[in-house]
Amino acid sequence: MTDQHAGLSGEPGDLTPQLIETSTWTDQQVAAAGIPMVDVPIVSVGGGLGSLALVDYLRIAGVPVHDIAVLSPNKRPSETYEFLANNSQIPRHERLRSDSGSVMDNIWGFPSYALREAWNEKGLKNKLFPVWQVTTEPILAEYYTPKSGQVYESVDRETARIGWTQMLKAGQVRMVRRRSGGGFLTILTPPPGTTQTRRVAYRSRFVHLSLGYPGVRFLDDLRSYRERSGDHRRVVNSYEPHPHVYEELARRPCTVLVRGSGIVASRVLQRLLDDNEAGRTQTTVVHLFRNYVSGPQGDSVTFRRPGTGGFAYQAFNYPKAAWGGQFRNQLLELEGDARSDFIDTTGGTNTAPRKDWRDQLGRAAAIGTYQQRVGQVSSVEPTDDGFRVRTEVQDNAGASFSIDADFIIDATGLEASIRSNRVLADLVDVTGAHTNPKGRLETLPTFEVVGTRSEPGRLYASGSSTLGSTYAPVDSFLGLQYSAQQIAFDLGAIGAVPKLGPLRSFKEWTRWMKNRPPS
Amino acid sequence: MDPLDEEQATVMTPTLFGRIQTRLFMVFTFGLVWSIIILPILPKPEGAPLGDVAGDVFLALIGVALIGIVWEFLYHGLQQVRWEKDWPSLFGLLTGINEGLFLYLVLDMPLSTFLVHFTTTWIVIWLALHGPMRVLFLRWRFRGGRLV
Repeated sequence: MTDQHAGLSGEPGDLTPQLIETSTWTDQQVAAAGIPMVDVPIVSVGGGLGSLALVDYLRIAGVPVHDIAVLSPNKRPSETYEFLANNSQIPRHERLRSDSGSVMDNIWGFPSYALREAWNEKGLKNKLFPVWQVTTEPILAEYYTPKSGQVYESVDRETARIGWTQMLKAGQVRMVRRRSGGGFLTILTPPPGTTQTRRVAYRSRFVHLSLGYPGVRFLDDLRSYRERSGDHRRVVNSYEPHPHVYEELARRPCTVLVRGSGIVASRVLQRLLDDNEAGRTQTTVVHLFRNYVSGPQGDSVTFRRPGTGGFAYQAFNYPKAAWGGQFRNQLLELEGDARSDFIDTTGGTNTAPRKDWRDQLGRAAAIGTYQQRVGQVSSVEPTDDGFRVRTEVQDNAGASFSIDADFIIDATGLEASIRSNRVLADLVDVTGAHTNPKGRLETLPTFEVVGTRSEPGRLYASGSSTLGSTYAPVDSFLGLQYSAQQIAFDLGAIGAVPKLGPLRSFKEWTRWMKNRPPS
Repeated sequence: MDPLDEEQATVMTPTLFGRIQTRLFMVFTFGLVWSIIILPILPKPEGAPLGDVAGDVFLALIGVALIGIVWEFLYHGLQQVRWEKDWPSLFGLLTGINEGLFLYLVLDMPLSTFLVHFTTTWIVIWLALHGPMRVLFLRWRFRGGRLV
């Protein structure tokens, strides 16, 4: 084919240069490119937990399966999350840093994970413990948190209940563009060989984007080391697969340098020291802090976060009131940099004050297998013999020292720049989505993306791409559910989906309890 | 999402306005219904007519609601010294002790009647906050306890 039906790749039904350069598409343009169009009122792009949260809400409100399309390369909504959790050393039997009532598979938050764990445990003592913990937290007991396996299993049950596989359309989304006449056209690239054409367009009034993190993030000095040396074996990120590190530690005594002091660092430290204490390894763990927290943070008695021994402590990644209390309200009132600063002050790098972690660090510090160092890294280079990695550090007094390590684990987090995601970059560059002071998508309190309205259609986003807008804990289970609720109520307010009032809510809850599909 | 980084409150994280709304709502729905159910079997002084007991019970409910508004200001103040700006579930149960004591002192009511009525009503409301309220009012827990 030599006509306009051949696109960029020469395959039938592909994007054309003309489409790529046009910000608002007509149906005729898409048809002329030979791209088939599928009509569906609501499209959710991502297919992870963010998509699940919204689709669950809409299904429960009464939106039928055939009115929703979920576009994703993943089969299960918890797939990506579980991959990252496993890499960061939380297998299915370990506990997450999640509240009992942040129930990913249940929009009501009831029954909570604690109640369900109690229900399923054998023996009175085992049954009572989660209930005791959740009732007395955080005063007499530490916060209850669920095992990750419980989260995945319950998510699988809920996806089956709401007919996820019927809504799921496999493939990678390439871009979302405004449609002339209203709504949006979302271009999906299905797996090769599954469709007649290279692309398929989903024509919808509403689009929801919940795309997660584009990748792992490295500290600048470590990224530069990896690029220069090509050594991806000795310098790893805690969120990428790195079992080879633990395997080599089991073979010989090594030194591991851990960078970062958030929750992921805590978990990695636990894994390293657990192996030591079990006699599997003889590892020396050096922990390098950029900002050493030596005491509580904040001058005001009403605004002070606990901190000691290098770490800032709070139970969850934001204070609880950020999800639904006074901090949520406060943030709604703020704008621009004040909003961004408030998010940094209440969030930022912090970890959970678990007693077992603190005790373990204390034990290891006493015998010298856990060492804390403070300073700014000036360079990361291979040692002269080439077998280790040398980190040159300047401490706050200006003195320098070096740390030779067999492995460096970067536990500072995930890449969240929306520029690294081409769907979002396209949305900003071509469609005109606004960005907020954190460089992410600017959203209204309804989670509609500012600058993308295509009457009568609307485009929403949830998850990490919206940090810096009107809600802080966007990338948490409950944050995703909050976003979903805001979106569902916005859609209800304009009459696009049924409203979810107390009576229907109760009725649907009873169906959930009986594991029957939404009515 | 950061797999380890998570969140939120057991009941809900109240704001001052949310506290007051939730209290008034709970007392005059769950509290009232429970009081009517338990009224016939409440312990009462020999020969006291049911109507008198009903009056006392209703007065106690009004007391919990109205004096409670003052208590909520106090609790809200205490909440400000907590970094999390939350109100743990256990506090919600334990504040029944100070509120019950104070209410008994200002009401002229037989101790046994008061004790059984107040304690059971308090627990019923506390339990209702942990499940039924979430099921009926989806936005309640995200709005600091506000219903309107």
